[in-house]
Amino acid sequence: MATKFDAIMARRGEIMLNALGMDYSVFEQSPIAFDYEGMMSAHGYSPQDIVDIQTKAGVGNTPLLELKNLTDVVRSMSAPGKGARIFVKDEAANMAGAFKDRRASVSIHVAKEKGYEGVIAATSGNYGAAVSSQAARHGLKCIICQETFDSRHIGQPEIVEKSRICEAFGAEVVQMTVGPELFFHMVELLDVTGYFAASLYSSFGVSGIETLGLEIANEMTALTGAPPTHCVITHAGGGNTTGTARGLKRAGATETQIISASVDLSGLHMASDDDFNRKSFTTGHTGFGVPFATWPDRADVPRNAARSLRYIDRYLTVTQGEVFYITEAMSKIEGLERGPAGNTAMTAAVSLARDLPRDATVVVQETEYTGAGKHHWAQLNFAKEMGVEVRSGDPKDNAPGKVIVIPERPEQIQAKDFDVARMRKSYVRNTLKQAPEGYVPTVGDIAFLAADTNSDAAAVEAIIAELKEA
Amino acid sequence: MTDAVRCTAGDWVEVERVLLEPADRSKNLPPETADKPLRMWIKGFALAAGAMGDAMTIETMTGRLVEGTLSAINPGYFHTFGNPIPELVHVGVDLRARLAEYHAAQAAGPTQKGGA
Repeated sequence: MATKFDAIMARRGEIMLNALGMDYSVFEQSPIAFDYEGMMSAHGYSPQDIVDIQTKAGVGNTPLLELKNLTDVVRSMSAPGKGARIFVKDEAANMAGAFKDRRASVSIHVAKEKGYEGVIAATSGNYGAAVSSQAARHGLKCIICQETFDSRHIGQPEIVEKSRICEAFGAEVVQMTVGPELFFHMVELLDVTGYFAASLYSSFGVSGIETLGLEIANEMTALTGAPPTHCVITHAGGGNTTGTARGLKRAGATETQIISASVDLSGLHMASDDDFNRKSFTTGHTGFGVPFATWPDRADVPRNAARSLRYIDRYLTVTQGEVFYITEAMSKIEGLERGPAGNTAMTAAVSLARDLPRDATVVVQETEYTGAGKHHWAQLNFAKEMGVEVRSGDPKDNAPGKVIVIPERPEQIQAKDFDVARMRKSYVRNTLKQAPEGYVPTVGDIAFLAADTNSDAAAVEAIIAELKEA
Repeated sequence: MTDAVRCTAGDWVEVERVLLEPADRSKNLPPETADKPLRMWIKGFALAAGAMGDAMTIETMTGRLVEGTLSAINPGYFHTFGNPIPELVHVGVDLRARLAEYHAAQAAGPTQKGGA
């Protein structure tokens, strides 16, 4: 018998069509391929239009800062001639405190233009604050669906703070217990309210992040004479990586290496009531990063605009303890007290810069706001209360959900390469699974898969042959 | 959150309700989640007087009417920074000392570790 959950999900396509104001079916080319660039440009806004929308919304043009002390810490432990310059884009300076304002500003502009009365987003992250803030400025009603508590009604301080800030901006926050049915309730609410779906994964939102890449390319060129050699991006659903990389490329920074970074939460189940409060990062972690990179269309839109494998050159993981160490270090030696999740890429950058030449330039492309609840101390105190062991030592002994090891020295910070080739293979397998049984990929499908994985037709064909044998 | 056990009409309150009973939930859940209901909490203005645990309808910030049981009256926020973390208190001192040493070495000559 169909459950209440199944009944709503069966009507999902029709509800989302009304709520997105965009018909995705026109971009479909086959059971596998679709016109990605066509979808991305269908909103009709030029890059300058997006800049203008964001300027009016009070978003963007955040400071780009060189972190000379952090660079010197890296150089103090580097081999002669090594130790790249580290820079950061202080995205916490945006109105609601994170780069997510860029994403929300475009979505809310579209909702207002199309005449929707309100907007809805499902997010436990900074995006909720961004949507709520922009909705307030545009006089739109706003509902944020948030996975807040475990079944004992205990919420991480970080998420409770994110509820508070959304409510501060006048949003209605629907707080829920653990489970992917957050999305089910969002669809149900879209159905009854007729509001706009301010999805994280629409082309509106991801286009809004492109300005971050544009600013980085232009500001680094003004400061150092060239775009950065490396850009390190905290990676959750993949929109941050996708939008920033697209913006860099649009600005002509085609040589910049795109490096995604996530906190390693391997072994913790994202839908587990038990694991929910045993993780100290609610975003920027592998629990979102890997599944979304390898199956982007699992999102709340028919086709996800965030397709990170198209752009990633490397994917680095760091541990929770390493990020907390760097978050504390940023306050103490750079005077930048910012939230831990946004420092995920910063932690990877410290490890990366150590092995790069001194004239290399590494840009960490975001920070996020901090404060009560979102502060790294709050998260660590909470972890201890939840029975997670916190101790000093070698981060190699990190065990997600069990032990957080805070490094004793910066030398112990060592990001790990996640196997991107394996992710590409996993992506191809997931995509083929969505096609009807017996469907044979065409030449066009192979070309699509190659573009979607930043590889080539031969590589995709080799993966398909390997999957067939298995 | 106030200690009041009764609210009057117009008070800012929170209600709780079950969105999905375990049998109605998604089939793709780990067992420790699957055997629990999906619960929801939401804030708004009470439409009538009531006591904690009473059935109650509220009007939310978007003007929706939501039914549930009264779970809090004038709910506040009590998250904090908490105590300093002993495993982190040394980080600032250590790194400032390291920087001082590195800068002194750089000033002394270009052959030092990490030097040009």
